[in-house]
Amino acid sequence: MKIHEYQARQLLADAGVPVPSGAMVESVDAAVAEAKKIFDGGATLAVIKAQVHAGGRGKAGFVKLVKSVDEAKKAAEFMLTNRMVSPQTGAEGLAVRRLLIADGVDIDREFYLAITVDRARNTNTMIASAEGGVEIETVAEENPDAIIKTPLHPERGLEPYAARAVAFKLGFEGKQVGQAVAIMMRLAKLFTETDASLVEINPLIVTPPSEGHPNGRVLAIDAKFNFDDNALFRHKAIAALFDPSEENPSELRAKEHELSYVDLDGNIGCLVNGAGLAMSTMDIIKLHGGEPANFLDVGGSATEEAVREAFDIILADDRVQGVLVNIFGGIMQCDKIARAIVAAAKEVGFSVPLVVRLEGTNVGAARTILEEARRDIPTMVTATDLADAARKVCAAVAVPA
Amino acid sequence: MSILVDETTKVICQGITGSAGAFHTKGCLDYGTKMVGGVTPGKGGQKDANGLPIFDTVADAVSATGATATMIFVPPPFAADSIVEAAAAGIDVICAITEGIPTQDMIRAKAALADFPKANLIGPNCPGVITPGRRVSGEGSEARFEDGCKIGIMPGYIHLAQEDATSGKAVGIISRSGTLTYEAVWQCSSLEIGQTTCIGIGGDPVKGLNFIELLDLFNDDPDTDGVVMIGEIGGSDETEAGHWIKDNMRKPVVAFIAGRTAPPGKRMGHAGAIIGGADDTAQAKMEALSACGVRVSESPADLGTTMADALGVPAAAMA
Repeated sequence: MKIHEYQARQLLADAGVPVPSGAMVESVDAAVAEAKKIFDGGATLAVIKAQVHAGGRGKAGFVKLVKSVDEAKKAAEFMLTNRMVSPQTGAEGLAVRRLLIADGVDIDREFYLAITVDRARNTNTMIASAEGGVEIETVAEENPDAIIKTPLHPERGLEPYAARAVAFKLGFEGKQVGQAVAIMMRLAKLFTETDASLVEINPLIVTPPSEGHPNGRVLAIDAKFNFDDNALFRHKAIAALFDPSEENPSELRAKEHELSYVDLDGNIGCLVNGAGLAMSTMDIIKLHGGEPANFLDVGGSATEEAVREAFDIILADDRVQGVLVNIFGGIMQCDKIARAIVAAAKEVGFSVPLVVRLEGTNVGAARTILEEARRDIPTMVTATDLADAARKVCAAVAVPA
Repeated sequence: MSILVDETTKVICQGITGSAGAFHTKGCLDYGTKMVGGVTPGKGGQKDANGLPIFDTVADAVSATGATATMIFVPPPFAADSIVEAAAAGIDVICAITEGIPTQDMIRAKAALADFPKANLIGPNCPGVITPGRRVSGEGSEARFEDGCKIGIMPGYIHLAQEDATSGKAVGIISRSGTLTYEAVWQCSSLEIGQTTCIGIGGDPVKGLNFIELLDLFNDDPDTDGVVMIGEIGGSDETEAGHWIKDNMRKPVVAFIAGRTAPPGKRMGHAGAIIGGADDTAQAKMEALSACGVRVSESPADLGTTMADALGVPAAAMA
């Protein structure tokens, strides 16, 4: 599960990681009031950032530095009335409902700090770099030595000596070292305590020296959190941060029925059991010249109702010109799928070609059910194996030359 | 021959009184697996529907039955603890079928397993392990088998024991995906290629046995003629396995990587199936494996025929 930057900032602040003062606003008026507060407090610069889960905000013009309340007003108006279009949003873009407005602190140096699961080592790993404020993937490619990886102990977490070593390697000086170590320790604790799967601060910054802080202050300017969906049952407060408006409506609807669905761009709807087989079904459709409209894994223990719902979700997509059902029954019993197909045919009707390939547990009973209902499902074709299924569905949706 | 489990393996089920645990204990018994009992804390002393004894702890079950393998259906919040309990009780083969265990729990469990070097964890979030038995009667899903060992949720009848394979050949199968494993098994069986042992290693980021450990076991198993490995997007396990194969493997390996059409940044069902960097795309993995001498099947429908070709099994052997 992803959360918004303003929510992530709050989690950090609550854990004792310093962030610049700021607030989330949902209207131009509130943005103006907040900007006034920031500039009245002596700031010369404020930053306004659209709160959406998609990346590429800066280039899309949805992160703006402003020098006055008037500029803040204009930026807020722009962001709340235009859709944000970036490589991650698709051409239609995203509506922006919330803005973060924060003190635009002066920056002396920028760093990158993250914690994630290193699956090769079966540990949590802290990733740090003195090249902050840019994409870490670029740093990893161009200057891999600039990335410091520190595995966290499975029980003890990040140990102070390890954090200190990283702080020195990153080039923190004087009082900055203690501040940076404290941030790393708190971040690591927060990561494991909340069952996060990713936390990223980019950039972590040092402000220029000032009267109260001769070595500057270390602050988290941007924050990103992902959480392990499987652990949300023990984190009610974090689960409550979920923002359904950021999700694809079909994907959300599928999730409510414990189906795993991902919307894609093609015209062949897929209903499969098992994630690997579902991906392979998409792959083989593409190999036969077609384009999958979705990834849909009905899982092993889906009820007949959930499978009917799955058909509903697929058929609700008006780009879908054909449907491929590929089931290899293990826990999932083929006859359950067959009954759901018959029910969906009666309730919604398959106006598009339907290719069905069933194998595995209770396949005999399933074939009988489909055979008996054949007259109710005139667009149905059965397939003998995976390749046959892909061939038939691709042929059925192909536009005649 | 086989790896990890065979007809003598005594198996218990942790979570035997839950609906999935009960259903699949029956399925394993029906296949001919030596199921000897189960564990549900608080229900020790009772018997399940099949008359198997139920114990409060794995240690009790092991001392009473001599079980060396377990199949775990314990709900996700408690499953990681059940894995460590099995290891501490001296179980050798731990199949964690449970889906949805928190990653942080698995990190701690995996670290705890270091104290029990004899314990082999399979999964979690996997179909389990099977060493197919010989068919004694019936056809298709009605067939009966003996001398096999099925620990998990896979449909037993799709498998083919080496003794029953007219080609006389048998392969090992290692897969990150459940149903795609069945697909590979089915294609091999249809071509009269038997299986020594099939293992679903699971779709989670932190898991037990991985490709390399299992390839190593198959390499040393005299009856295994080749190995089918099925990977997917996410992580670098397949690429690392490719390098290991290049340096060590004495048998043909056929591979398929699922998710060539998966968009970056999207989780495709499995917690581990998400494309992060350029190296964990299906295309990159396929190229890396090819470069290491692995026969990569472009289509998931060609796994069986690619293996038949590698083993010199004629298409005419097809049932």
